[in-house]
Amino acid sequence: MDTRHEEEVWITGIGLVSSLGEGCEEHWHHLGNGKCREPVIDAQSFAPYAVHPLVEVDFSSQIPKRGDLRQMGPWQRLGTYTAGLALSDAGIAGDHTYLDKMDMIIAADGGERDMEVDGKILEDIGKRNDPEVFLNETLSTELRPTLFLSQLPNLMSGNISIVHKVCGSSRTFMGEEMAGVSAAQIAVQKIRHGQSELCLIGGAYSAERDDMQFMFELGKCLWPGEFEPLWERKTKGGGIVNGSVGAFLVLESRSHALNRGATAYARLTEVLSDRCNRAPGKATANAEKQIDALNGRLEPGPLAVLSGACGAEPATGEERAFLEGLSEKGFEVSARAVSTMLGHAVEAQFPAGLALAAIAASKKHFFEPFGPSDFEKPLTGNPERILVTSWGHWRGEGMALVESVQQPATHMAGE
Amino acid sequence: MARAMRDGNGRPVVVVTGIGIVTSLGRGMADNWAGLTAGRSGVHEIKRFPTDGLSTRIAGTIDDFALDKISAPGLAKAFAAEAVTEAISQSGIGSAASFPGPLFLATPPAEVEWPTRIEVYESARNGSPVTQPQLKQAARRGSFEDRHALFLFGQVGEYLADKFGTRGQPVSLSTACASGGTAIQLGVEAIRRGETDSALCVATDGSVHAESLIRFSLLSALSTRNEPPEAAARPFSKDRDGFVMAEGSAALVLESYDAAKARGAKILGVVRGCGERADNFHRTRSTPDGTPIIGAIQNALDDACVEPGQIDYINAHGTSTPENDKIEYLSLATVFGDRLAGTPISSNKSIVGHTLTAAGAVEAAFSLMTIETGTIPPTINYDTPDPDMPLDVVPNEKRDAPVNMVLSNSFGFGGQNVCLVLSAEPA
Repeated sequence: MDTRHEEEVWITGIGLVSSLGEGCEEHWHHLGNGKCREPVIDAQSFAPYAVHPLVEVDFSSQIPKRGDLRQMGPWQRLGTYTAGLALSDAGIAGDHTYLDKMDMIIAADGGERDMEVDGKILEDIGKRNDPEVFLNETLSTELRPTLFLSQLPNLMSGNISIVHKVCGSSRTFMGEEMAGVSAAQIAVQKIRHGQSELCLIGGAYSAERDDMQFMFELGKCLWPGEFEPLWERKTKGGGIVNGSVGAFLVLESRSHALNRGATAYARLTEVLSDRCNRAPGKATANAEKQIDALNGRLEPGPLAVLSGACGAEPATGEERAFLEGLSEKGFEVSARAVSTMLGHAVEAQFPAGLALAAIAASKKHFFEPFGPSDFEKPLTGNPERILVTSWGHWRGEGMALVESVQQPATHMAGE
Repeated sequence: MARAMRDGNGRPVVVVTGIGIVTSLGRGMADNWAGLTAGRSGVHEIKRFPTDGLSTRIAGTIDDFALDKISAPGLAKAFAAEAVTEAISQSGIGSAASFPGPLFLATPPAEVEWPTRIEVYESARNGSPVTQPQLKQAARRGSFEDRHALFLFGQVGEYLADKFGTRGQPVSLSTACASGGTAIQLGVEAIRRGETDSALCVATDGSVHAESLIRFSLLSALSTRNEPPEAAARPFSKDRDGFVMAEGSAALVLESYDAAKARGAKILGVVRGCGERADNFHRTRSTPDGTPIIGAIQNALDDACVEPGQIDYINAHGTSTPENDKIEYLSLATVFGDRLAGTPISSNKSIVGHTLTAAGAVEAAFSLMTIETGTIPPTINYDTPDPDMPLDVVPNEKRDAPVNMVLSNSFGFGGQNVCLVLSAEPA
């Protein structure tokens, strides 16, 4: 149905795993509980590149069958695991009444290559006078037959269907950071217009991957030195420090949540996106339009912002200037660079920002500053509404508004 | 004022006003339709790269696009640009480089390709095997920014958005071999929500290269019937042995009926309904009793407000793998019952091969042509029918018959099932 009555979209389940830990409480404890811990950095494994490594995870607690675990690469395991956390958190894990009709929109990259086979080929292929035949022979004999299935982007959602039985629909969006933005945006639009009642969205990114770091360095995108908080990198040219993150959310229409007695972390009021060729000022113009579109929902005064800025320049500098410029509209921006604490998680960056915003909204308190920058002003009191941004390292500008929800008293437990 | 056109569920009716297509049969609908209805196969011996040592040496590649350097995303872009140009020109919508709606793009996953990997590796070669840190440093030192952009997943969509001036952030997606169907479904949903009067739905695939071929080969998914190439794809035949990889692109301009009528556009057909279901059985195999596919078909029929008896023709997924054709038959038999035997069904893949990411859109385009022309394209290579699936596959020769309503199926690895119901103009 596509009714004219617009449904509110509630966030009723969160799965979040990063270098800091697992779950909402652990992230709140590290980031918002009156102090903010230092980022967790692995400076050795991929030196000179630092990464935010995934916290130790017992994958079998969400993916009990060893056969399933074996079929997945690390990236798929992280996504499938985190999706399971979100479903459990929403109280629908194992409940086929809901899983059977649940929609799913996943933001995904491809999976890990076999670096050993690649290395062997690269070392020898230049010495061969029949390089293409050599490539055929080596790939045919050396590649594990099922490797392909751990590389296909849509097999993250495929594994979520197999392991967690989410079966209403399954769509995989691609396109780096913007895949995460579009996944949230389309899910919100579908729920708002009655095309879906219940939707799992999210993404996972494994930072501990030579193949992806290589890809980023073809574009000279990574931060090649000792770790520094995101806003501090600009003077040395900027750069991305990747982080392993799984971030999934259960989105649900207000009426569906109330009917099953579910409580909400927050309302996902709006998700906006646009694109440009990144000529100077164009991304800013898009973001200005997004702020205008939210007009009426934002009140002048303190404004909590979870920025998905990746660290690469000029995008990060331009986003910061845009956010600082919001003071002209009467907003006192108190920004947190998600990437300083979690690292840049590409497809999962925007879902991670939404998850953090929902956590803060439900705690009625914003996070402590993530870094030393004076751009990360402390913010006291209940933020009530939090702006989440994600600008692609190459293309695309996304923004969301997450707001506090008043839980209806009639649905409180114990009545 | 005329009353707004609504479907059985009270939603805006979504119509098609422009179609563009590129496959191994040629560029443009005229050549494609002539080849398809003549049963002229586009499958041939692979010339793009040496196939020595490979068990499959055939594909439906498209070899007449002149690119400086061949790459999968480069080909995907070129095919899509050709298809979109045709679709927009036929539709007459918008103005030069300004399409008035969003872009939904089914595009194959991209990754850094071997020539680039080798080039960077050689630039770092120093006598001993190059380490991963050295490789990354060499990438950083060199001038490879164009390659970074080329191999990003969002790249094809950004190129098309720039070239055709679509609105907003393009949505790039993959639901494996159901991707083309999903792109159309996203467009339909956006118009039904009233967010836009039009959408550009595109699916493209140019990824026949050695590694992709080997990957599918290692899963035993491909036909190894190399001689003669045109006889390899034989959906619903007893001796089918796998699909044939192919390339292509199709683009559909979708509009609300009201918007299309208001600007006097010719309506080529209606997207009556879309249905989907995810399968939780296995990474490459369907639930043996077909339940998820049955659900996807039923959802599409329900969404379209039609009964199985109203379907005049089924455009099958029909890959020619032992598994797909068996489950597709079983699922259709469950939904259609005794009616199935009397409902013509054919597989375009017997002729153009399996265009993978593009297939769902390519076959939707052919389905719309079937409605418009009253000609049903054949399933070729149907010499030894599979006795377990008694179907009217329109064997080997096209058939003229009035077709008002088509069911088009698309299924993919990872439990992806998408079905579309397409029909003639509501009039």
